[in-house]
Amino acid sequence: MEAMIRVSDVSKSFVLHNQGGAVIPVMAGAALSVRRGECVALVGDSGAGKSTLMRMLYGNYLADGGRILVGDVEVSGAEPREILAMRREVLGYVSQFLRVVPRVPTLEVVAEPVRAAGGSREAGEARARDLLARLNVPERLWALSPTTFSGGEQQRVNIARGFAHDFPAMLLDEPTASLDATNRAVVLGLIEEAKARGAAIVGIFHDAEARAQVCDREIDVSRFTPERAA
Amino acid sequence: MTPLLQVRDLTKRYGARLGCGDVSFDLYPGEVMGIVGESGSGKSTLLNCLAGHLAPDEGQVIFDTRGDGPVDTLTMSEPARRMLGRTDWAFVHQNARDGLRMGVSAGANVGERLMAVGARHYGDIRAQAVDWLGRVEIAEDRVDDRPRAFSGGMQQRLQIARNLVTGPRLVFMDEPTGGLDVSVQARLLDLLRGLVREMGLSAIIVTHDLAVVRLLADRLMVMKSGAVVETGLTDQVLDDPQHGYTQLLVSSVLQV
Amino acid sequence: MTAMQHDPAYNFAYLDEQTKRMIRRALLKALAIPGYQVPFASREMPMPYGWGTGGVQVTAACLTPGDRLKVIDQGADDTTNAVSIRKFFERTAGVETTEHTAEASVIQTRHRIPEAPLGEGQILVYQVPIPEPLRFLEPRETESRKMHALEEYGLMYVKLYEDIAHNGAISTAYAYPVKVEGRYVMDPSPIPKFDNPKLESGAIQLFGAGREQRIYAIPPYTQVVSLDFEDHPFEPSKADHDCDLCGCGTSYLDEVITDDAGGRMFVCSDTDFCAARQAEGHRGRLSAEDAA
Repeated sequence: MEAMIRVSDVSKSFVLHNQGGAVIPVMAGAALSVRRGECVALVGDSGAGKSTLMRMLYGNYLADGGRILVGDVEVSGAEPREILAMRREVLGYVSQFLRVVPRVPTLEVVAEPVRAAGGSREAGEARARDLLARLNVPERLWALSPTTFSGGEQQRVNIARGFAHDFPAMLLDEPTASLDATNRAVVLGLIEEAKARGAAIVGIFHDAEARAQVCDREIDVSRFTPERAA
Repeated sequence: MTPLLQVRDLTKRYGARLGCGDVSFDLYPGEVMGIVGESGSGKSTLLNCLAGHLAPDEGQVIFDTRGDGPVDTLTMSEPARRMLGRTDWAFVHQNARDGLRMGVSAGANVGERLMAVGARHYGDIRAQAVDWLGRVEIAEDRVDDRPRAFSGGMQQRLQIARNLVTGPRLVFMDEPTGGLDVSVQARLLDLLRGLVREMGLSAIIVTHDLAVVRLLADRLMVMKSGAVVETGLTDQVLDDPQHGYTQLLVSSVLQV
Repeated sequence: MTAMQHDPAYNFAYLDEQTKRMIRRALLKALAIPGYQVPFASREMPMPYGWGTGGVQVTAACLTPGDRLKVIDQGADDTTNAVSIRKFFERTAGVETTEHTAEASVIQTRHRIPEAPLGEGQILVYQVPIPEPLRFLEPRETESRKMHALEEYGLMYVKLYEDIAHNGAISTAYAYPVKVEGRYVMDPSPIPKFDNPKLESGAIQLFGAGREQRIYAIPPYTQVVSLDFEDHPFEPSKADHDCDLCGCGTSYLDEVITDDAGGRMFVCSDTDFCAARQAEGHRGRLSAEDAA
């Protein structure tokens, strides 16, 4: 089956212009591919480059070299609007942090990806209600802005938002962190459903049990960590 | 897809000093572009050249007009450019007083653009004004009050209503949240984002506030000393800045 | 009808010939572009600004020795301003003067159009304080001139909108803006809007603003439309009374306070019109009892 996400020979370094132009290589020769319906876990020590690779997949970091393909979109070298279109329609992202405009009600925050992808307000809100209920976010909070919520509540809103639109490809950054057992099970269920409908998923899970339950393969990114200059 | 705005090699000099130099970019329908940089970096000069308020020395500003397709607005006739300025273009000033008529009511401020394009039915004009005041969260019973009696945030929202009532396709904004309390800023950002989404507007927003562009802009252009030093997707430029100046700018933001 | 001689110490009609020529050129241009404000080099006149220096210069440029001049102020021939301007031209031009509208070939006016219809062969000269109708909304002259040039008149409607918003109706009662021949928006000088329909006439109408150095004109039989909204059409209005002296129910009225106990009367503002009606035997509520 054809791969949905393809990464080949990707490298990345940071150049700190304001600190004497120091060059910090963080990745070299990164390669992976993820098929539809497959969930791949990125593993490796802290600082090995798991988040950096995820961010490059999302177009958030620029790759220095190599190729990143998500569906038909060549992320490396794409125009901003092509990346934006990819994020609206193809590639979903559940980050660890919720970044939203203050004041916008939770229901709208969660429904937004559906509307961005062309869905109606009704469809978006119906989906948002369903997800918020499944993730046990109390209904009395739905009309409030999530900016005032507790960490766990914000995380669940973030997950609901990430799963609102049926993306063909998804990036999950610690989706089960700071969740209780009940909600953790709900999230793993959502991941399995996404796989079942054919989504290609790349995830970072510190939670080894969760990883074992939903991931088909593991890729150790420390393989792509360049040798540190001594 | 035809870009809504194509800017080519735009240069403006103030005598020997460069206002902005060799700026080129394409803006597509529905895109919001932020222009950031410190005071004096040329971002306001660029905005004013784009909007036709300043005459650049060189370059082209090609707008995809409804009637005639892409036309260089710098060489089009003045009546046509002014017509564009009150139909398909809008300009939101940092200081609401620069963009409002302080001596006439809120309703007249919103209605002016309608009357400027030929609306001659008082009842219709007023109904549209009230509708737009509602959209920017100004109560209907303030329609006959003058903007002088409004708070800074309300004045700014009124300015936005006044600009958007004719359904423009391109909005220029110069520090739209500058000088407002943070709580008022948040409300305005939320409003702007909603309107941009609903109306499918394209916008060019000049600001020095990186939090504002992160929330509003799809793309970013970073300026320094009149030149564009970096462009790209907003979150990419902010999270993985490539140019030294951008790195300095991003690292200088106080974290809350 | 005594042919008078003008004071030989003055050139005919006070102004020198070059100045009159300059003004006539401006007048011809104004007539060629109805409603357009033509700049002219306004001269110092022996009267203060605001007393009709613009109108006097236009009148001086139009007068010929055979003309018969009438001067009115607020419709009256006998007010200070009217009397002094009339005397000015009697002395400096030696032309005949009259109080009868129908007999006059040149009429200089402030704030009124005579009730009796004007026709071909007559010139009506208006004294204008502020010629720019956009002035109070757009103080920049550079901008208002550009708005005229590009026919951007939305702002004029903003003023009418404000009237309705605050008063429920267009409350502008004088200097009511008009559009001339479908092109230029023009301030008809502070005439009551009651007079606006009379701006379409067979006479030549010339407007002079001395302090502002502008001349504009309405040629005979030119279309003059008062601005309005579809749902708030223009209405010429007057006090809802009859003249207390001549009983006329259709003329423009002045309200006159007659005592300090609330007594008042309404009389025609056009003194010549009122006197003529009384001479024909018309009587109003407060007319002196007929001897008969």
